[in-house]
Amino acid sequence: MNSYRIKAASDSNGKVGDHFVSGGKFVKEGELANDAQVIDAKGLTILPGFVDLHTHLREPGKEDAETVLTGSMAAAAGGFTAISAMPNTLPVADTAGVVEQVYRLGKHHGICDVYPIGAVTVGQRGQVLAELSAMNQSEAGVRIFSDDGYCVYDPLVMRRALEYVKTFDGIIAQHAQDPRLTEDSQMNEGEVSARLGLKGWPAVAEEAVIARDVLLAEHVDSRLHICHVTTAGGVEIVRNAKRRGIMVTAEVTPHHLLLTDDLAESYNPVYKVNPPLRTRNDVQALREGLADGTIDIIATDHAPHPHESKDCEWDAAAFGMIGLETAFSISYQVMVETKLLTLAQLVDRLSKIPAQIGRYEDHGSIDEGMAANFTLADLGARWQVERSKLESKSRNTPFDGLDLPGVISKTFHNGVLVYERKSK
Amino acid sequence: MSVILNSGEISRALRRISHEILERNHGSENLVLLGIPTRGAYLSQRIAVAICEIEKTTLESGTLDITMYRDDLRLKTPRTLLPTTIPGGSIDGKDVVLIDDVFYSGRTIRAALDALNEMGRPKSVQLAVLIDRGHRELPIRADFVGKNIPTAKEESVRVHLSEIDSVDEVIIEGRSL
Amino acid sequence: MKHLLSINDLSKDEAIEILDTAAELARLAEGAVKKFPTLRGRTVVNLFFEDSTRTRISFEAAAKRLSADVINFAAKGSSLSKGESLKDTALTLQAMGADAVVIRHSASGAAHQLAKQEWMKGVVINAGDGTHEHPTQALLDAFTIRRHLKGSEGDLSGIKVGIVGDILHSRVARSNILLLKKLGAEVVLIAPPTLIPVGVSQWGVDVSYSLDDQIKSLEVIIVLRVQKERMNDLYFPTEREYARGYGLNSERMEGMKDKAIVMHPGPMNRGLEISADSADSARSVIVEQVANGVSVRMAVLYLLLGGATFKELSSSGENL
Repeated sequence: MNSYRIKAASDSNGKVGDHFVSGGKFVKEGELANDAQVIDAKGLTILPGFVDLHTHLREPGKEDAETVLTGSMAAAAGGFTAISAMPNTLPVADTAGVVEQVYRLGKHHGICDVYPIGAVTVGQRGQVLAELSAMNQSEAGVRIFSDDGYCVYDPLVMRRALEYVKTFDGIIAQHAQDPRLTEDSQMNEGEVSARLGLKGWPAVAEEAVIARDVLLAEHVDSRLHICHVTTAGGVEIVRNAKRRGIMVTAEVTPHHLLLTDDLAESYNPVYKVNPPLRTRNDVQALREGLADGTIDIIATDHAPHPHESKDCEWDAAAFGMIGLETAFSISYQVMVETKLLTLAQLVDRLSKIPAQIGRYEDHGSIDEGMAANFTLADLGARWQVERSKLESKSRNTPFDGLDLPGVISKTFHNGVLVYERKSK
Repeated sequence: MSVILNSGEISRALRRISHEILERNHGSENLVLLGIPTRGAYLSQRIAVAICEIEKTTLESGTLDITMYRDDLRLKTPRTLLPTTIPGGSIDGKDVVLIDDVFYSGRTIRAALDALNEMGRPKSVQLAVLIDRGHRELPIRADFVGKNIPTAKEESVRVHLSEIDSVDEVIIEGRSL
Repeated sequence: MKHLLSINDLSKDEAIEILDTAAELARLAEGAVKKFPTLRGRTVVNLFFEDSTRTRISFEAAAKRLSADVINFAAKGSSLSKGESLKDTALTLQAMGADAVVIRHSASGAAHQLAKQEWMKGVVINAGDGTHEHPTQALLDAFTIRRHLKGSEGDLSGIKVGIVGDILHSRVARSNILLLKKLGAEVVLIAPPTLIPVGVSQWGVDVSYSLDDQIKSLEVIIVLRVQKERMNDLYFPTEREYARGYGLNSERMEGMKDKAIVMHPGPMNRGLEISADSADSARSVIVEQVANGVSVRMAVLYLLLGGATFKELSSSGENL
């Protein structure tokens, strides 16, 4: 097993010291083998590996966009050591067989932990509950269920799902989107959509479902997770729900923390995403919600698509953006450089808290005895996003060309170096 | 810069051209005067006034914009169209006199002939110019000339008319001393 | 102005120049000059992903009167058949050496993408993209208004225009609003609230839910076509109810100002948004709009294509 002496790294609170890795775990200095490799981390910051509760790895079925392997590599390049894979694959991950396949692929590649998310309903069609217990009891040990891409719209189905997963401490991650209010919708409904003639996607379509579901979660006393909150109204509903003691958690994506709907003026489908980019006012509310803990975590909604799905008319283009490799830098820029969060607080929202929500016990901390899942970042350095150089198999990043703070230098998974940035 | 025609000389030249037009066409009855905008249109008006005085008759002056017929459209950004007005509404069977300020390569007149061709079938087409500076690039000649001025290609001849330039004069620029 | 994708591509001066040019061309056409050699050797492609015989014929006539070579490319049915079709078509046109592409497409932004994605180099003229814009329709409407109410000169200040009907889905309305405001006209949108876009408050126009309240104050009323399929989407209960509230008929027209005119971009649903006697009344300039369309499109083609391309400009130097 690899042993490392990580010398003179700062931690997220700015404390400089040495860290010791042996047998895949953080250990005391005395437990380190004599031949441990020394890594001079002076000037670097050691952070617990990030945990992303929302990615699309496209395998099985859409391997032209991404695979578990390329998605894992993109994750490691972004400082992530655990990623959750949404079930909208071909076939849909609505059985123990499919989730185990994805889980094993992740294990086999060994670049990061890949935790499959199971579908709530058979085929994500919103009608019949999938075999949630079977997926939980499978080797994949699924705890998070979502029909992401589709909303669990039928209130009775949602109620039953929330109740049912209590048997194994599961959680339903809702993609909040009223389907009737968003038929053929293309972008946020507002002044820009009116001007561009693109069919509007009203904020209320998201907020109405969030409101209903927090009330359902309260009623049946179960855990609810809201995927990718994008509106100021949604933040307010979650804030009130938490105040009432409802067990709701929420995530926000880096792109919704930075980008706004006016980018659609270019008609460049790289800005087409579900849920859509919102207004400046919403972005501000999301940042504040993340800062005050209303929104618990950052999740990427990494959604790779092949080139042809984006190189076409806006209406015909696929929804989604990739985000694993840019997540930390974008979050750092919009939350830490603006002093809305300290580095330690940001890292909690990227690592510790998502690990708690997903019950991913090997992640979220660099304390002694923990699995050595961590990343070394150079916070003083900057880098420019070049989409052709990303590890992801797809190129649909909206951040191409941006100059960003925070360079991920090395990522370790269970004590093994799985990513090292090539020096330029 | 030097002045080659002053106000008095311009008006004498136009008066002479008016007489010559009348003489050639045996009066003004079948005449249609068409000035090529911008300054050709003003010269045409002045000639019309002179002819009316001489003949004690009425004669309107028209304009013929040749922008859409130019052969150099692709060399410059698009030009704004200028008005075309045909006195009496038709040139069919008329003796048309085209009037322009400076006669140079002949390309403007070629464009004007194309434009006339689209409009009808005149009995004859004649050309009157205030200045002929030479350097023809097409086999076209003027019937009535105010003044022949030999020039070098790098020189430019400018006609100023009081209607828009506040003074009547013809000057030559870029002449090496 | 390299392309005409949106009215926003035009300054006020450029818009007026198009109208002036069109006015001169219309005058020449009356004086028997039907054809100009101006665009000889240029190729204009009419690329229509949506059926629109009227608009296509109008552009075709305009291009032919300027002696351009016209290729009609009807890509019917392939509109939103999963991406790429637009791009592949653009690459084909580029290979064929199209100098200008007149594009009609069901996707908003299609013309914009054709111009900006570097799929092809020619001039792009938007002949209607989805529910976004239809700039030449707005120009011909402004031309028609100016001809009737301003003696074909200057801008449209002092004129109040009411646009009645399905603003939400109308590319004609969007372009008209932008251009009319640019030219100084006052604009009021008249429709049931379901057919007014959210966000309209930023457009700098008045909104009214009552045609009867407005009709007496208007110099111009532009009646928009009602797409019958909208009824199934709950925008209004029945055709009859729509016609009762927003249909133009001779009774409503009685209160109109002396010189007020009635316009419609066509094709009309007679008896729904406009009654037959209104459409054929003395105030109606609907047929004239069609004729003016050719002059305006000639002006647009001339101003976009009649001059030098950038490449040609850089190698010029000839004297005249």
